[in-house]
Amino acid sequence: MKKTRWILGVVLTGLAAFTSIAVTQPGVAKAGDQPASAEVKIDNFSFGPPTLTVAAGTTVTWKNNDDVPHTVVSDDKVFKSKALDTDDKFSYTFTKPGTYNYFCSVHPKMTAKIVVK
Amino acid sequence: MSRFIEKNLEKDGVDRRGFLKCMAWAGTGALCVLKGGVLKSYALSDVMQHNVGDFKGDLSFVQISDSHIGFDKAANPDVTATLGEAIAKVNALPTPPAFVLHTGDLTHLSKPEEFDTLAESLKSLKTERIFYVPGEHDVLDDNGAMFRERFGQGAMGDGWHSFDRNGIHFVGLVNVMNLKAGGLGSLGNEQLEWLQKDVSGLKSSTPIVLFAHIPLWAVYPQWGWGTDDSEQALSNLKRFGSITVLNGHIHQTMQKVEGNVTFHTACSTAFPQPQPGQADSPGPMKVPDDKLRQLLGITDVNFVRGTHSLAVVDSTLA
Repeated sequence: MKKTRWILGVVLTGLAAFTSIAVTQPGVAKAGDQPASAEVKIDNFSFGPPTLTVAAGTTVTWKNNDDVPHTVVSDDKVFKSKALDTDDKFSYTFTKPGTYNYFCSVHPKMTAKIVVK
Repeated sequence: MSRFIEKNLEKDGVDRRGFLKCMAWAGTGALCVLKGGVLKSYALSDVMQHNVGDFKGDLSFVQISDSHIGFDKAANPDVTATLGEAIAKVNALPTPPAFVLHTGDLTHLSKPEEFDTLAESLKSLKTERIFYVPGEHDVLDDNGAMFRERFGQGAMGDGWHSFDRNGIHFVGLVNVMNLKAGGLGSLGNEQLEWLQKDVSGLKSSTPIVLFAHIPLWAVYPQWGWGTDDSEQALSNLKRFGSITVLNGHIHQTMQKVEGNVTFHTACSTAFPQPQPGQADSPGPMKVPDDKLRQLLGITDVNFVRGTHSLAVVDSTLA
């Protein structure tokens, strides 16, 4: 019993350490916090960052800084924005963990992904 | 290794320098005469030394492209005005074009009012008819429904169509729909099958003109300047002795010859884009105001019966 408690303690300490590292990264939510938010910038025909890791429950907002319209469309159509003109935004809240590959359906060479933990 | 401008043409009297002038990125102008599938190319400056009548044929038509009505950013705050200048240029041609091809991106954001402005502007074109294919900017959010309703009369599928004039078979193709993540322009199986049927009854000597928005050759795939299944389309047309491909999308003139196929891209009437790889992205390129009109333009094409020659002349708005 004592041993079990000790292991649990190590696991919890480890988890706390992991969480503290995680929260130092932008866009990663602390467990049990208010729903977090994160941003993806669209600049020069690319999504930045190309891979964004967030906690489940995070709302990700894309903003188009280009002079041409772009879209944000997940490969499996989980989310799909309308055409975003300059300065337009699109948001989606990720509730389920997983890897979400997405692209711009106007310029399909633009690809990126959101990893939800 | 770049895949563009790979071939020079022998025995055409054009030296490498002249050839490169013809390939000029930035709309300085080129005249290309296609005879029996062989292209002769001249820099526009050389063309001026020829008699205009040398290039006059039985049929002439004009290609305009990438009007982007609705765009109002620094690269050109007044795209309606420059479209108007392009129209004036067409109307001033010594031989009025039998028809005009618009190779897509009529609008910037597929908005009804943008289509309205485009249609209203083009009413002043002195020509019998305008044929359109959509660009990716014309099919945003509605898969091109509004475009087809207004500009795709008589078209099939996503807007593809064909017609015959003066013994030439013209085919308008759509390669801006159902684009796949990581991919390029796409024609799709349904359209490829239609194309095969469409040309099946034609004699191999029939000159073919294909027009579509995104280039039907690998101009610069890193920027999406190409079409995934274009080679399939062209391989189905192998038996034809003369194929001319007219595209837009890249907002600059470029040319390439591969066997019997001559590829040509037109200038935009709205704003220039950078040369392949010469900027961080292919977005609108801001140039000094006094340079803009040198980088916008129209393309005039003449067909000479008997010799099966097509003369392609780009001219700028400057």
